[in-house]
Amino acid sequence: MEVLKIATAGSVDDGKSTLIGRILYDTKSLTTDKLEAIEKTSKQRGYDYLDFSLATDGLVAEREQGITIDVAHIYFSTAKKSYIIADTPGHVEYTRNMVTGASTSQASIILIDARKGVIEQTNRHFFINNLLRIKDVVVAINKMDLVDYSEEIYNKIKADFEDLMSKRDYQGQKITFIPVSALKGDNVVNKTDKMSWYEGQTLLEHLEEIDKADIFNIGTPRFPVQYVVRPKTEDFHDFRGYAGKVYGGNLTVGDDIVVLPSQTKSKIKDIYFYDEKYETASRRSSVTITLENDINVSRGDMIVKDGDLPTIDKQFTANVCWMDSNQLTAGSKYIVQHGINKVLAKVDTIHHKIHPDYSGIDTEVFGLGVNDIASITFKLNKPIFYDQFKNHRTNGSFILIDPQTNNTVGAGFIQ
Amino acid sequence: MKEIMNKDTSHINSLENEAIYIMREVAAQFEKPVLLFSGGKDSITLVRLAVKAFYPAKIPFPLMHIDTGHNFPETIEFRDRLVKELGLELIVRHVQDSIDQGKVKEETGRYSSRNQLQTTTLLDAIEEFKFDACIGGARRDEEKARAKERIFSVRDDFGQWDEKNQRPELFDMLNGNIEHGQNVRVFPISNWTELDVWSYIEREDIEIPSIYFAHKRKVFLRDGLIWSAEDGVVYRDDSEEVVEELVRFRTVGDMSCTAAVLSDAVSISKVVKEIRESTISERGARIDDKRSEAAMEKRKQQGYF
Repeated sequence: MEVLKIATAGSVDDGKSTLIGRILYDTKSLTTDKLEAIEKTSKQRGYDYLDFSLATDGLVAEREQGITIDVAHIYFSTAKKSYIIADTPGHVEYTRNMVTGASTSQASIILIDARKGVIEQTNRHFFINNLLRIKDVVVAINKMDLVDYSEEIYNKIKADFEDLMSKRDYQGQKITFIPVSALKGDNVVNKTDKMSWYEGQTLLEHLEEIDKADIFNIGTPRFPVQYVVRPKTEDFHDFRGYAGKVYGGNLTVGDDIVVLPSQTKSKIKDIYFYDEKYETASRRSSVTITLENDINVSRGDMIVKDGDLPTIDKQFTANVCWMDSNQLTAGSKYIVQHGINKVLAKVDTIHHKIHPDYSGIDTEVFGLGVNDIASITFKLNKPIFYDQFKNHRTNGSFILIDPQTNNTVGAGFIQ
Repeated sequence: MKEIMNKDTSHINSLENEAIYIMREVAAQFEKPVLLFSGGKDSITLVRLAVKAFYPAKIPFPLMHIDTGHNFPETIEFRDRLVKELGLELIVRHVQDSIDQGKVKEETGRYSSRNQLQTTTLLDAIEEFKFDACIGGARRDEEKARAKERIFSVRDDFGQWDEKNQRPELFDMLNGNIEHGQNVRVFPISNWTELDVWSYIEREDIEIPSIYFAHKRKVFLRDGLIWSAEDGVVYRDDSEEVVEELVRFRTVGDMSCTAAVLSDAVSISKVVKEIRESTISERGARIDDKRSEAAMEKRKQQGYF
């Protein structure tokens, strides 16, 4: 069965958790005990309706404050597909958690409160979706019940959003507008008779039809060596295997390959997955390969096909989403984790801060605060082997680690 | 010869590949990892994934079982056999020892359980062996606090989970950088559901302890749940009548907090069918989660796995 991973985005109180709870309820994915718990708590709190956000807001602080702080991963399936929904926070201060949820998703749902329309947070959410090059975006205009299911309001919000769309850099997105009421269940799983003017699909109908285009696998084969397998046993005395995950494209026995950074050439001898040998390792498979020649390969090296080399350089420029409360400043040092490879990096130039409101204004800045996005050039202490993010999602992205705190403080997309 | 993962559309294959990738990251990024093994289906699955990740080499870390002293005998017997067959190293630490040392106090009464006491024994063992990474079989679909968990989840010196300040985790990039004394809990099967685990066990033909299959057992009913009346571990009032029923266990933890379900599923395929049709969640039979709405979160903050 296919699996579709979806991230939600929306501002506070736009009803993301309620929407997910509603999907679970209407697809009968909530088990009896979980539903009973929701009923009990909703009643205790004196609500008139079932508070479905109780199904997803798993932390005490979230339930107390009625907001989502961190990503919850929710699983459900229909006869057609398995779904993983990353329910991400809407609060500006938790944007980093939203990026966390969206980074591994194939589709996203941006929620808009019909009463408020397109607001600054909507710009930010769309901007991040765009930056991450998420292909399928659903704009769910929620709380239609509170605006008398007005077609006029829906059209106005749609037009405002289309205005944003014209300003984006990544044009490959498919955007679908759906008017819903998560609370009442209109157009979420079931069609409603309250919006006869809307002729499109319900949210779930749409999700069921999304073609899981494998966005993680565009590009050419890249095989970062994760772990060197040396059994040193009687049966496998001389075995030296390179364990890793194949990204981008397939690798086949007999392929001429180059090991980076040494640029030593060899050929793929065997491909193992557990105790079986295979002719071809396709993308996303975690295999162990052996090479014809006995060359020195270690963790962090990358095996690529001969004639298909990435850029090998000690510097690069990237869009960086800053996620830490300590400022990023020019001259400071971080660890760049590019795939599994960690190198020391220095912030060389902060070119400009990018405003996620699509205003097109770039501001000169000396430092980045939490949730700021900027174009930055880094210098590295040793070369890495990268592709541009637009050509290779995995080999074009990285995280920044603060060597003082060990925290993940930024996410980068190589230009 | 075949092309691997030409069955790329299979959900279970992508979960398997993801878990193997995570196992290798643990082995590469940490100095002293350990795999937390309870003898339940999730940790048995972890062992299979670890075997695959490092083949033809052996799993490069030991297994550790925190024995509450209230385990099903079938589980212990199974554990010892598995470890022997695979030639693995097994560390066992006992909750009874923590009780004897006066570090924790045994609960009494109707709902007494040793489940929560495990945390102290676990944290002591982590300190004793200086483990910097503990691989566990927790899944995000189990419980709503677990749904918030990262794959690499950093715990402080006291084993505590700071749920409001988790590290961002992007793409496949797992940041295992920690300070001395800190510890990372690693969850390779985070994205698996209960059904995925069972489907995998079925596909791989993995052996599991017999208590997962329907068997006759002396039980009694309390709060709508079926409790084992054998072995004398679960507190029982004289008024609570013992009957014999055909049951199986859906989750295998400490006996004192694991209830049975009525079932006639005697094979894995029947278990898979039963889970597929069930309207009760797996944790519905775990009394420890019902203590309060935030029971799991609280335990995790204290260092529970």
